[in-house]
Amino acid sequence: MTVSQELPAWKTGHQGPLLIVDQLVTRFATPDGTVSAVNGVSFEVSKGETIGIVGESGSGKSQVLMSIMGLLPHNGSSTGSVQFDGKELLGMPRDQLNKIRGTRMAMIFQDPMTALNPYLTVGQQLTEVLTYHLSTNPAMAREQAREVLEQVHIPEPGKRLGMYPHELSGGMRQRVMIAMGMLCRPDLLIADEPTTALDVTIQAEILDLLAEQQAVTGTSIILVTHDLGVVAGLCDRVMVMYGGRIVEQGPVRDIFYNPQHPYTRALLMSMPRLDDDLAGDLPTIAGQPPNLAHMPPGCAFAPRCSFVSEQCRLAVPPLREIAPGRAKACTLDRLVA
Amino acid sequence: MSVTPLDAAGIGMPVEGTSLWKNARRRLLRNRAAMGGLVVLTIIAAMAILAPYLSAHAIDDISWDAISSPPDFAQGFYFGTDSNGRDLFVRTLYGARISLMVGILASIVSLVIGVIYGAVAGYLGGAIDNVMMRIVDILYSLPFMFFVILLTVFFGRNILLIFVAIGAVQWLDMARIVRGQTMALKHREFIEAAHAFGASSSAIVRRHIIPNLLGPVMVFVTLTVPQVILLESFLSFLGLGVQEPMTSWGVLISDGVKDMETAPWTLLFPATFLAVTLFSLNFLGDGLRDALDPKDR
Repeated sequence: MTVSQELPAWKTGHQGPLLIVDQLVTRFATPDGTVSAVNGVSFEVSKGETIGIVGESGSGKSQVLMSIMGLLPHNGSSTGSVQFDGKELLGMPRDQLNKIRGTRMAMIFQDPMTALNPYLTVGQQLTEVLTYHLSTNPAMAREQAREVLEQVHIPEPGKRLGMYPHELSGGMRQRVMIAMGMLCRPDLLIADEPTTALDVTIQAEILDLLAEQQAVTGTSIILVTHDLGVVAGLCDRVMVMYGGRIVEQGPVRDIFYNPQHPYTRALLMSMPRLDDDLAGDLPTIAGQPPNLAHMPPGCAFAPRCSFVSEQCRLAVPPLREIAPGRAKACTLDRLVA
Repeated sequence: MSVTPLDAAGIGMPVEGTSLWKNARRRLLRNRAAMGGLVVLTIIAAMAILAPYLSAHAIDDISWDAISSPPDFAQGFYFGTDSNGRDLFVRTLYGARISLMVGILASIVSLVIGVIYGAVAGYLGGAIDNVMMRIVDILYSLPFMFFVILLTVFFGRNILLIFVAIGAVQWLDMARIVRGQTMALKHREFIEAAHAFGASSSAIVRRHIIPNLLGPVMVFVTLTVPQVILLESFLSFLGLGVQEPMTSWGVLISDGVKDMETAPWTLLFPATFLAVTLFSLNFLGDGLRDALDPKDR
């Protein structure tokens, strides 16, 4: 495998973490009042690192991504700081942001059925990114598009370029999405539930493909999912989100084998395992996720937590370090299984 | 597997490119009904353009010896004459000039203004959309006849006024349809994906929104052309459109209706031309819509 390692000067200028998110708060103005989808999330992504964000629906995980990419709808607004390679993204003018999006920062969407324009061929959609951002001439762009399709293991890439999205299968389309994301060799690839809409058999292939692309290009990946299996296979570090906050973070193995937050533990327990005996019901987490428009004053998980104490309901427990590289937001000192 | 960016050696290989329009043309050529419609329209248009050369009679020639005469090939009255003794054949062709011109020009005006206006309003949304659509509502509420009479009072009687008046009214429907479609499209994931890949708003509207609008827009245009032709007939009938001796299909048909019992050909020929044209337009419109939909190959 020959990989050209020379990075352009602008890719090597900045030292330190690639992405620093600091006290990100994202709110939506709705007719029923303000909804706080993200409540003070801070994290860093180093170069070449893969981090996973896990949480159930409505935990704010997708909104973190949307805030980073500047894709919030009109009624949404973010405060705090998102620094990408030393540059502040929040409040950046659109035309400047557009120079970063697609070239240095790319996104893979959940549903490949709807994320491709049905009226443009695969080739047109791929080359558009190149001609638009890098002013590559059309013939070169086509050749590059063909190469990148080959890299994501699409058979007969030359022929596929002329096809419309509806002529490809779901797995194939997600490969096209990944190809599109990788086309400009971004520093950061953001994947929003990239395997949710796919068959289980295809899921594994797509994850392998992401890992392979990362090995080749050294891209950092932020992977958002509610599927813990996906995280286990691909990520270095995991953040568990609940009610718009990070409740626990740490290396993927630690989170899996030694969860320290009651929510993380409940989440892991409600995951079916092949080595368990199959009789009996799968444990669920009782209660409902919090209503983001009316957050309780204390810990968002308190109403569903089996370890809840009076202290939990009074104030939001801060995210505190419990071991090097590990943090949790819980009043309990130690969670005993 | 090698990752060689801009490897000049690999560029020589041609990859077959298929654009939306190229594909659409190919599919349109295969659609018999649409091609039939296109051929008929071309023939009618050609006849309208060549009208002075196709008939021995001029549009305002009055033959006193052949008033309300049935079709008579010996004298060159292929379609007969009207109650003033004027050749109906040449008048039908001249009528085609006005009717097709009004139909096509007014539809193009409504297409261009309506699509741009509707797409911008729908895409931008919010307060801008609100203001833009309220302007449309206000224009809608102006009575059409009042508007036309006002124009004639200010600018005098002129065929151009018909284009202006009809065009100014027809784009309102188009703008509403396009706005609705745009609002539905705007929240589709591929538009969001385009944002995520750093496309500017104008690029998104041009590359992603407008091509996806083509289907409904095309159907609406094929409905607009006949509507406009009929609207022009109505205006002419009221004396606000074309004036004698110039004529249009609408004028000819309304004259024909008066003489229907004594000289049925004066109604039959212009009405047949109008009906055939409208049929052909509908077939062509259907064909275009199918051709422009990539899922329909």
